[in-house]
Amino acid sequence: MAYSEKVIDHYSNPKNVGTLDKAKKNVGTGLVGAPECGDVMRLQIEVDETGLITDAKFKTFGCGSAIASSSLATEWLKGKTVDQAVQIDNMDLVEELNLPPVKIHCSVLAEDAIKAAINDYRKKNGLEELVFEEKGVH
Amino acid sequence: MLKLPIYLDNNATTPMDPRVLEAMLPYFTEHFGNAASRNHSFGWEAEEAVDYAREQVAALIGADPKEIIFTSGATEGDNLAIKGVYEMYASKGNHIITCTTEHKAVLDTCKHIERSGGEVTYLNVNAEGLIDLKELEAAIKPNTILIAIMYANNEIGVIQPMKEISQIARKHGVLFFSDATQAIGKIPVDVNKDGIDLMAFTGHKMYGPKGVGALYVRRKNPRVKVTAQMDGGGHERGMRSGTLNVPGIVGFGKACELARLEMAADAERLGKLRDKLENALMQLEEAYVNGSREHRLPHVANISFKYVEGEGLMMGFNKNIALSSGSACTSASLEPSYVLKALGLGDDLAHSSLRFGLGRFTTEEQIDYTIKAVSDTVLKLREMSPLWEMFKEGVDLDKIEWAHH
Repeated sequence: MAYSEKVIDHYSNPKNVGTLDKAKKNVGTGLVGAPECGDVMRLQIEVDETGLITDAKFKTFGCGSAIASSSLATEWLKGKTVDQAVQIDNMDLVEELNLPPVKIHCSVLAEDAIKAAINDYRKKNGLEELVFEEKGVH
Repeated sequence: MLKLPIYLDNNATTPMDPRVLEAMLPYFTEHFGNAASRNHSFGWEAEEAVDYAREQVAALIGADPKEIIFTSGATEGDNLAIKGVYEMYASKGNHIITCTTEHKAVLDTCKHIERSGGEVTYLNVNAEGLIDLKELEAAIKPNTILIAIMYANNEIGVIQPMKEISQIARKHGVLFFSDATQAIGKIPVDVNKDGIDLMAFTGHKMYGPKGVGALYVRRKNPRVKVTAQMDGGGHERGMRSGTLNVPGIVGFGKACELARLEMAADAERLGKLRDKLENALMQLEEAYVNGSREHRLPHVANISFKYVEGEGLMMGFNKNIALSSGSACTSASLEPSYVLKALGLGDDLAHSSLRFGLGRFTTEEQIDYTIKAVSDTVLKLREMSPLWEMFKEGVDLDKIEWAHH
């Protein structure tokens, strides 16, 4: 299976690889997936007092599509408000990266990671955690 | 000059040796006869070429030419041996013993046997990938008719103890079949010294053409017969009907002859290159060789690089290096390698494995390039891996509750 150019580009030059201080109150961390399944994503957001995501970082254990999905997700997160970030849909990632059907689960994982990071941030700041529908494309 | 891309997937298939192609070419056009045409020179030429190839194949494995049944490849050989024995010896019993790390062509044939009322015991392997001989002997029952254990494994290159297995089989009057696809032409195989009764192998794993292989069927001590699985003209002593693939057989014969003459030198050279590759890659932290390093084909290395995923890893260099991974992501099933799991590896290590299969045309320059490319990519991906970061911080990954999906 050949990868799309966009996947190759994100894999070769991943954006926003790194770690934010998870102890900080305005940093939300989402860790999703499992080593046994072959992919684990950690996605972090840093939010300012107006609710704007000022920084996003990721680290991913997984295939090229998983790395590309999380790299692209961090790019999209930066500059969005938390409320806008909730709207990011895995199919947007699929479309942008041209992921084949067998790799859709990578985009689902990235969406899960975004939501997990947002909920972590909300929890830390005394907000109720959001309940999301299961995507079920695992 | 370094030639790219580098092919290190020789367990999947090998390039054909140009000398093999040269031997084959006249049999497509000039000498196109049907080896079964008994009444004219076109047929005689073809038959003569097939007879010669049969000698070349037999010589490589220490067999009599009459014991070679040409097939379309090892999958057909596996099917013909297992189903053929199961049907031929139905009056003696219906139990077959095999092991969990066999090729799918053997495992799925055994599943077929089970569905048709037969009984199959699947032996486990130890962490080195080897079966336990005591377990094998204990599994033999009065209705056991066949032991089917591969010579060398396709994923990890581990060589099973053929002589010891055949002694047990002999002692109990059970036939011994071996899928020797990965071993033939790579290490010395002798059906008499090894005590093998039936053996499947194929041309394209030993620098011969695809679509042609052989099943060795012992004729003496004991005389073995298999029930044909295809009805037709009764070719190949009635065991395998179908017009013989003369050019393919000629090429297969030539490949066997070259292997017989060059195997020792190839194995020595490739063993050194493999060790160089393996030793260099084992310098990386948290790298593990899968399977026995002692009982192993000289040209194969299977290594797990913990905390990076195999497919992601291959993507770092697959423009220039071709190899395989036990990672789920390379298969349609999304399940990691059942062979690596049978060794007791966790799914995480199975996902992190690469299989290096060197071959006759692998050069030292290519190995040096591969060492650097793989090492660089492992390091780069570990910088990107949350698991690596956690490992470095001393987090016990086994204690984390992962969301299994």
